[in-house]
Amino acid sequence: MSDFASNINESILQNFPNVTHVLDNYGDHNYFIDKVDIHGVVEFLKNEGFIYLTDLTGSHYPDKENTEFQVVYHIHNLVQNVRFRLKVDLSQNDTHIPTVTDLFAGANWMERETFDFFGIIFDGHPNLTRILNVEDMDYHPMKKEYALEDETRTDKDDTFFGR
Amino acid sequence: MVKVVEAPAGIEGQGFFATSFDTVIGMARANSLWPLPFATSCCGIEFMATMGANYDLARFGSERMSFSPRQSDLLIVAGTISKKLGPVLKQVYDQMAEPKWVLSVGACASSGGIFDTYSVLQGIDHVIPVDVYVPGCPPRPEQIIEGILKIQELARNESLRRRDSPEYRKMLESYNIQ
Repeated sequence: MSDFASNINESILQNFPNVTHVLDNYGDHNYFIDKVDIHGVVEFLKNEGFIYLTDLTGSHYPDKENTEFQVVYHIHNLVQNVRFRLKVDLSQNDTHIPTVTDLFAGANWMERETFDFFGIIFDGHPNLTRILNVEDMDYHPMKKEYALEDETRTDKDDTFFGR
Repeated sequence: MVKVVEAPAGIEGQGFFATSFDTVIGMARANSLWPLPFATSCCGIEFMATMGANYDLARFGSERMSFSPRQSDLLIVAGTISKKLGPVLKQVYDQMAEPKWVLSVGACASSGGIFDTYSVLQGIDHVIPVDVYVPGCPPRPEQIIEGILKIQELARNESLRRRDSPEYRKMLESYNIQ
């Protein structure tokens, strides 16, 4: 861990006591953050030179009780070349999370995408509508309870597809 | 070598030639199809090769690609059509003037292909009527030419009143067109 990264790490853990830090086998910094803290952590990092929100996405772990959903932020300090990964666990009963569009304009479409595919609701987002899928789609297709296949298709005989 | 289309069957004499409108108009239409390429992916690349010098679709009277649906006779759909693109494709088809034909190039346009997934239209015939399907993933240029020759055959032999027939109207209605 570089000096810069360990300094930032220390101040995150000091300012946000509920945050846990995990350095994984690849040397990547992962932070597990409560959703009440996420906006503050992103704001703090932005002020420390992490000016590039590389990615914002979601994932679904249907078997993890009370933490079925996860929102993942990849944030990059271009000057120090340090990347942090921030993870926020959400329960499927409450998929609300504060938006970071006020900090990063680029988060707008990524949050819309995460909403589109996982149904995660970003509170405070200026226009939280579907972005990639057809507007009249009535579900969030990356949730694991939905089949990947097009279910309107009738010409496929499952016996030939090993299903 | 310039190849000229042979005159259709008819009654010939000194200074006159009599034949039916059906055959002569069919001949003219078949040999001057103006295709509108609606190419979205790798089949589109194969179609570009079909238009290029080696395969040269212009030999078959399709010299001019029309990028305006209002001036084209043949809609060539080459590539994966997502569900979101479906209404766009339908609008393009709507804008074409009759008579019009549709060639579905490749597995994706014909059936969704390998993309049996929530976001991909499982065949463009869910949205617009299709005249000829070209199989392949992607099909070779020879296959695309074969498909266009089949379209020419349809155009050549089509009755002038087919597009006014109740069957045709009913078919369009089943697609919710006009």
